[in-house]
Order: sequence, then C-alpha cells, then structure tokens
Amino acid sequence: MAKYKMHVLVCGGTGCKASASDSIIEKFKSELTAKGLDNEVQVILTGCFGFCEKGPIVKVLPDNTFYTQVKPEDVAEIVAEHLVKGRKVNRLLYVDPKSNEHVSDSKHMGFYRKQIRIALRNCGFINPENIDEYIARDGYYAIGKVLKEYTPAQTIDIIKKSGLRGRGGGGFPTGLKWEIASKNAADQKYVVCNADEGDPGAFMDRSVLEGDPHSVLEAMAICGYCIGATKGVIYIRAEYPLAITRLKIAIDQAREYGLLGKDIMGSGFDFDITLRYGAGAFVCGEETSLIHSMEGLRGEPTNKPPFPAESGYLGKPTNVNNVETFASVPVIILKGAEWFASIGTEKSKGTKVFALAGKINNVGLIEVPMGTTLREVIFEIGGGIKNGKKFKAAQTGGPSGGCLTEKHLDTPIDFDNLIAAGSMMGSGGMIVMDEDDCMVSIAKFFLDFTVEESCGKCAPCRIGNKRLYEILERITNGEGTMEELERLRNLSLVIKDTSLCGLGQTSPNPVLSTMDNFYHEYLAHVNDKKCPAGQCKSLMQYVIEPEACVGCTACARNCPVNAITGERKKPHVIDTAICIKCGACIEKCKFNAISIK
Amino acid sequence: MAKIKSLDDLRMMKESLQSKINLREKGEDPGSHVQIKVAMATCGIASGAKTVMEFMMEELEKRGIESVITQTGCMGYCFAEPTIEVKLPGKEPVVFGYVDNKKADEIIEKYIKNGELVDGIIPMNYETIE
Repeated sequence: MAKYKMHVLVCGGTGCKASASDSIIEKFKSELTAKGLDNEVQVILTGCFGFCEKGPIVKVLPDNTFYTQVKPEDVAEIVAEHLVKGRKVNRLLYVDPKSNEHVSDSKHMGFYRKQIRIALRNCGFINPENIDEYIARDGYYAIGKVLKEYTPAQTIDIIKKSGLRGRGGGGFPTGLKWEIASKNAADQKYVVCNADEGDPGAFMDRSVLEGDPHSVLEAMAICGYCIGATKGVIYIRAEYPLAITRLKIAIDQAREYGLLGKDIMGSGFDFDITLRYGAGAFVCGEETSLIHSMEGLRGEPTNKPPFPAESGYLGKPTNVNNVETFASVPVIILKGAEWFASIGTEKSKGTKVFALAGKINNVGLIEVPMGTTLREVIFEIGGGIKNGKKFKAAQTGGPSGGCLTEKHLDTPIDFDNLIAAGSMMGSGGMIVMDEDDCMVSIAKFFLDFTVEESCGKCAPCRIGNKRLYEILERITNGEGTMEELERLRNLSLVIKDTSLCGLGQTSPNPVLSTMDNFYHEYLAHVNDKKCPAGQCKSLMQYVIEPEACVGCTACARNCPVNAITGERKKPHVIDTAICIKCGACIEKCKFNAISIK
Repeated sequence: MAKIKSLDDLRMMKESLQSKINLREKGEDPGSHVQIKVAMATCGIASGAKTVMEFMMEELEKRGIESVITQTGCMGYCFAEPTIEVKLPGKEPVVFGYVDNKKADEIIEKYIKNGELVDGIIPMNYETIE
C-alpha cells in the first residue's frame, strides 16, 4: 500500500459544497495524478471545519496549513507550490482581521484557540462516509465497552455523573431521562434522535450529522442498551439532504460490520436504526409533536404527562435526545464521567456548540466549554463585529430565546446564567446584531417566524402571537401608542402562561427581552415616531437641505416615482407622500444635500 | 468485509486502521513528536531530497519513532542540499546538510534516538516564526 506523506482535507459540509468543494476535490485528484503524487498525497472529503465564513476550506496535514476560500482554479497552484515544493500559498492563507497577517497554520488561529471540540471532535477530521476512519478514532469502542463491561444501570450512572444536559434547548439531565425511560417496563421501547433543527440561523445538528454520523448511531445504541430498546429512529428534516445521505451510508456500513443489527459484538444485544423524515415544521422539535409526526399524525403537541418516557412513539416508552447530546455520549464513556464533569461550570458540564451568524466576522460553527463568556465567543473566536461596527446584542435560543446585550458580555455562558439574563441556551444558534439593527424589527422578525410556525392547536399561541405581531407592526409603522406598549407586555405574559407547549410558552420571549433591554427604542418608535437604528422605513423621511442643493436635477431624474420636483439651479423638494424611500436619490446626489430624518 | 463479532475484533481492526489517520492525529499535536522538515525546493529535489524524505518516513516508522515529517521550501543552504531540519521535543531545531540515505540513517540512529550530534550540522542563520 502506498504510504501517504500528506493528507489534504477538503470540507464537504453543505456550506462548502455549495461553493464547489466537490470540484475542488476532483481537481486535486487530477492534478496530483498529473504530477505523479497520487500515491503520496491523499485527498479526503471531511465534515464541516466550522469556519464557514471563509469556505471552501482546504486543510493540509501534518503541517496544519489552513487555506480559505479556495477556488477550483487555485488547486493547481497549491499542488505545484505546496505539495511539490513545500511552499505554502500565502494568498490563500487565513488573514487575521486584527493584525492583518497571514496565519500559516490552524493552531495559531484565534478561531480555534479557545475551542474544545467534543461533539465536533471528528468534524473536519475524518471522512464521514468511511466507517474505517471512525473506527480508527476509537469509534464504536464505547458501545463495545458498555456491552462488555457495564450493566445498563452502571452506564446510566456514568452519564448521570458526567452532568450531561440535553443540548436541544431545555437542558434536562440526560442521565435522569434515560433512567426514567429504563424503569418503565414494556415489550418494546424506542430511542429517538431529534434532528429537527429549526431555529433560524442554527446548523449545529446538521453539521454533526454531515461530519460525524457514526457518533450519533453509536450513542443511540448505547442509549438503547441502557433503557432496554432495540429500535432507534432518527427524525430528520427532509431539507437536510446531505445529512440524510451520509446517515444512510453510515447505517449501511454499520450494519455491514455488525455494529448495528442482531447480537452486536457477541453481546446478545440487538439494535437497529431507521430514518423518518420531517416536513420541516418548527413545532416538531418539541418531543410530543415530533412523536405525533413520526406516527403519521399532525405535528401537534399534547400535554405532558404522560411523558414520552412513559408513553411515546406508538404508545411505548420512548427516549428522545438531540443530535448534539448523542454526539457527546461516546466520548464520555471513553474518557470517563469525571473528565467530562471537569469541563464547564458548576451546573452545566462539558461544552456547547454554537452557530455564529449575523453581523460577525467569523460566521461558522464553534464548540466552547460551558462558562466561556459572550465576549470571548464574539470578539476572540468570532473575530468581532463586521465592518468595525459596534456590538448591540446577540440573540440566543432563536425565536424562543432573548437577546443578550453589552452588559451581559462578561457573563459566563451556561444554561442557568442565560435564563437569569432573560434568554436561554436553546439549541445553540447565536445571531449577532450591530448598531444598525432595530430591536423592535428584530422582535417582529422572530414573531413573524412564530406566527408562521404555530401549529394552531391552542388559542394563546395561534391568536395571541398574531396580535403581538400586529402591535409590533403598528409600532414599526409609527402608529403605536403607549397603551399598546403596555398591552404588548401584558399579552406576552398571558401567552407565556397559558400556551400548551414550549413553542407557545417561549414565543413572546424576543418581545419581552427586547422590551427589557431596549425599552428606549420602543419609546422612540412610539413617542418620537423615530427609528434610532434607521431601519423602519415608515419612520424615515428623506429631506433635501435647501442650502446644500444646487439644483443639478440628478436626484429628480433618478427618482423612480417622480417624487422630487424643482426648477434647474434651484433647491429641489421631495414630496414625502409619494416617496417610497428607496434611497436612489442619496446615491446620486454629489453634494450630500439629501439626508434621512 | 468481515463482521465485527467482539470487542477484541474491534480492537484489532482499529489497530490495523490506525495508520490511515495517524498522520492527521500527529499533526494535531506536533510538539510532542520528532518534527522533521525536508527542504523541497528545486535545489533540494534535484539533489535527491525526495528519496531522503521517503527513506526517513519508512525508516522512522519501521524503527517505531513517532515523528511528523513535512516538506518545506528552500532554507537557503542550496550548497548543502538536501538539507533537513530536525526538532526533537523540547529542543531547539538542528539543520543537517548533504543528507543522503546513509546520512539520514546516521541521524536517526545517533541524533534522533540518543541526542548525539553528528557531522554535517549547518549553523542556523534564521529563526522560525511561530
């Protein structure tokens, strides 16, 4: 067998694939063959590196060279310079936004320095479509060890001692959940993996499934052994075609090796996994709705109790965990509960994956120990705010969460601190906003999402959120009143108290949290009819300063609705009744005579 | 492909597969291994650096020495090609010149294994920026 002196890892996550990483791989292979290096350099497709902002990513090992935004045309140069002659291609290296210097290897990138990768340990490291690489990284060793050395009760105890809490949002202790499910006797039980990731801007679970599908399969089998289930189902949204493809490959390979199926590793334990596709409804991330959807019913929640652990899928005891929770399990078994519990804060152990999105330099996927501060996440790992603007807020927990502001920058992020700060962990989406974002509009954006996604079963959520949205719309249109501000808060609290499921109970959170932290912006919209961030179109007015206007007519000629009138060489006037606030006049004015008021 | 029927099967399989990703795992933590850089510019390649690199990769593995071998550009000692830089864990790097397979063998046996310096060291006139 040929011995490779170098490995070229090419990101095959959805983001990088969209930017032609497939043809980059093809190009590498053909260039290497042409240069006679195909037996010396191995090209490997991997999962997401997390640095999606600058994709497609190509990493060369063992020297850890990290190339960003590689195009198929760049491949020939990388091969000729780096792989043949050992000279790194400078122009493709990552440039540190602070020092403006090229960083030659990933060990020196601020983005990776503070990260600890547990759930993402294999993402961007192994080929997700090759079970051999997973096995080489101690894959399936955890299930083997559990089956041979521990009883189900002992295994549950390890998970309990590790302090692992559900990564889907609620933060319920995983070990306890397994224990409850294990104690309910039944002829058949189920392990369900919740891969119905629906928060706007969140893509943690997708990346884990695309980059390391076997870790989830292995953990589901461990869970099955613990609770006494022989069947596992992954509920995944149909909008994740790549994750589905890779899961299918992984399941087939695991069956072929006898790591799924009957009598796994001679233990007498049977476990197999099937996939179930969701149509992409947000509410199906809620356990009971998810189970109904799996049964072929409408994705609507039901009251708990009974909890799924008592009566879940097809009326049988069912344990539902999120993708990231499962992905952490094999490592806990291999490295021990104490090791995992030594990472993180007192009540939140281990690490959390966040999807950074919005006005941040390093959009991407990161995994940090619990207790890392928001400042470290945004300014050190995330590289700060885009275009040097000022940080305003970060939304965590998606449409169910709230915003964290400047005063929360130094709060250690964990389950309990986020709730105390009026937000929540959620599944890990983190949307960063800068000074140009209007917080009322942000609340409206999330409400729009909730109204769309409400299943319609209970009145507070179905009708209440719609009314909230209408009030917010009036405020952003400059038609809001002080009474309505009060009604906004009261209605929010009623919805919180009276909704049936988690979606409804948390849906007013973005409103309440922006009202708590940015009440002055609401007041400015209501009292002064102004949008401080300059985002709400109805509250803006384009005005021509008569002193600065020379009457060149450039604005009038470019106005698409003929709202500007005036004689040549005399100051022009905008008719605000006709103006559609498109901004075309400002662009054309050479004398800075037009401003937004 | 054979089925994995026991934990021992899995362990054996892992061992045989380990070498596939060894290179990547070592790259994650290069500081704890012997790091060797082979100058592979035109001058180096013309003088046989490629043969030396292959020789070292094979021999180091045969002799059970955990090492990370990378290629680098011209170090500027074109008169003494092929040149290699060897950095033992926790030590300053040392550059050797005129390295052929025989010399490489000597370097492995004496310097890498026992820390004994051998002939052919070139005084370094550069610093590596980390």
